[in-house]
Amino acid sequence: MTPDAIVGRLRSGMTLGIGGWGSRRKPMALVRALLRSGITDLTVVSYGGPDVGLLAAAGKIRKLVTAFTTLDSIPLEPHFRAARERGAFELVELDEAMFMQGLTAGAQRLPFLPIRAGLGSDVLRVNPRLRTITSPYEDGEELVAVPALRLDAALVHLNRADRLGNARYLGPDPYFDDLFCEAADTAYVSCERVVETSELTGQAPPQSMLISRHAVTGVAETPKGAHFTSCVPDYDRDEAFQKAYATAAGDPDAWKEFEERFLLGTEQDYQAAVQTWHKEQL
Amino acid sequence: MTQTDPTAASTASDAPSDATSDATAVTRAEYCVIACAEAWRDAGEILASPMGTVPSIAARLAKLTFSPDLLLTDGEALLIGDVPPVGAPSAVTEGWLPYRRHLTMVMGGRRHVMMGASQIDRFGNQNISCIGDWERPARQLLGVRGAPVNTINNPVSYWIPRHSKRVFVEKVDMISGVGYDSAAAAGPSATRFHDLRRVVSDLGVFDFGAPDHAMRLVSLHPGVRAEQVRAATGFPLVAADDVPCTREPTPRELRLIREVVDPKGLREREVRS
Repeated sequence: MTPDAIVGRLRSGMTLGIGGWGSRRKPMALVRALLRSGITDLTVVSYGGPDVGLLAAAGKIRKLVTAFTTLDSIPLEPHFRAARERGAFELVELDEAMFMQGLTAGAQRLPFLPIRAGLGSDVLRVNPRLRTITSPYEDGEELVAVPALRLDAALVHLNRADRLGNARYLGPDPYFDDLFCEAADTAYVSCERVVETSELTGQAPPQSMLISRHAVTGVAETPKGAHFTSCVPDYDRDEAFQKAYATAAGDPDAWKEFEERFLLGTEQDYQAAVQTWHKEQL
Repeated sequence: MTQTDPTAASTASDAPSDATSDATAVTRAEYCVIACAEAWRDAGEILASPMGTVPSIAARLAKLTFSPDLLLTDGEALLIGDVPPVGAPSAVTEGWLPYRRHLTMVMGGRRHVMMGASQIDRFGNQNISCIGDWERPARQLLGVRGAPVNTINNPVSYWIPRHSKRVFVEKVDMISGVGYDSAAAAGPSATRFHDLRRVVSDLGVFDFGAPDHAMRLVSLHPGVRAEQVRAATGFPLVAADDVPCTREPTPRELRLIREVVDPKGLREREVRS
């Protein structure tokens, strides 16, 4: 599939999970396709990075479920910050481990999973929907019941995949991409390269096969599709470009220019514009 | 298992030998490194999770000296088997710790994290989420991240590179890391593994040893006066009449900081002398 074909399967109002973590292995080509679409009113579930920033800047988020939103080497995501400060969307702010429990519950078709995290913190104060549960065993502990994060669709980016949706990560961290796919009714994998199944699995340790085809609805080959986030070992984060993004995001005129230069065309246009931009920096 | 366990395979010790340091005066940043390293003294076989430059130097120093059994990460998904300088790549991997396993390790308690804080109050409630009303913040920060899970499960300390009333506040705007009063109010499941150890700032060292687990000044970095700390703190601070100075680094520690762990002097950028 192409990124635009994948986005063609999505609808306004959906709950959308986005894989990766911060500014790492984000399905940015799919996010860019979303920006070009008319889809809006989304509930976005993400360990947030520039995916959240871009969708927030485009006004496509109605509700955000997250534990943080960051560019890693630039701690504060400027679009996320600005959107929160103008009250642009509803926020469900969870702790990182609560988020993981919620996704796990979603994948396992459970209504909730218990966790100690959240007790005593303002996460419970600002999310009055969150309930606690008392252990039925002799300890009688009171724990937080994290409701399942069930997704209409998940978008993830992996290093390699076959055309059926079996996919491998080559970097050190799987993040939670398998859980995102398993917690979703439909899941779409973009990858650096689509290869034959024999090539995908021939050289690989089996535990790097993070995602199985039964949990995948569609695959797109999007070289540099995580840019400007990292996709190691294929490429590191494009720090210079990320800095330019963050700088532009802080100023409405500069942002308009950035959008026109990079985000209005196709994915190929984007990649070509990035190359040209890098040549100009020399 | 640790290197000193009788069942561990033996290896030659590569611990650096003692040497006399040069005569240069100890900087404020170096006192901060010592004070942070002390947080991990005798911690045993647990993960030291430092956030910030000075804590990263400190954790390495602790491992090279009085806490050899500490586990360290490369800042990403690997446990490192060597102690490279801060900012330099590791050459030896001893384990795999992606986020999902890291979070499980947090909940298992075999970890002592030193976090930063945009705000911290007298009971150790910490905020990294936002400033102002959460519904419509004046300034959005990172979000709560893993502060709730950290503080309720494993030992936690804090590093504040610039001590001021903006950080040391009467009441934090969004409790991300759980303080002693909040844990007590939430009940026994919240207090069971809750353990805030110390706060190190560029001015001094604090613990929660005052009545009701309130923050207490335990040492001043040389050159700092108690009144100076009080003036930069937004709540009444408990302190003894005669507060000691933060201890001096040993010559070996000073050599390790300057020549082995932080030869580029990154610590001096985080804490100006």
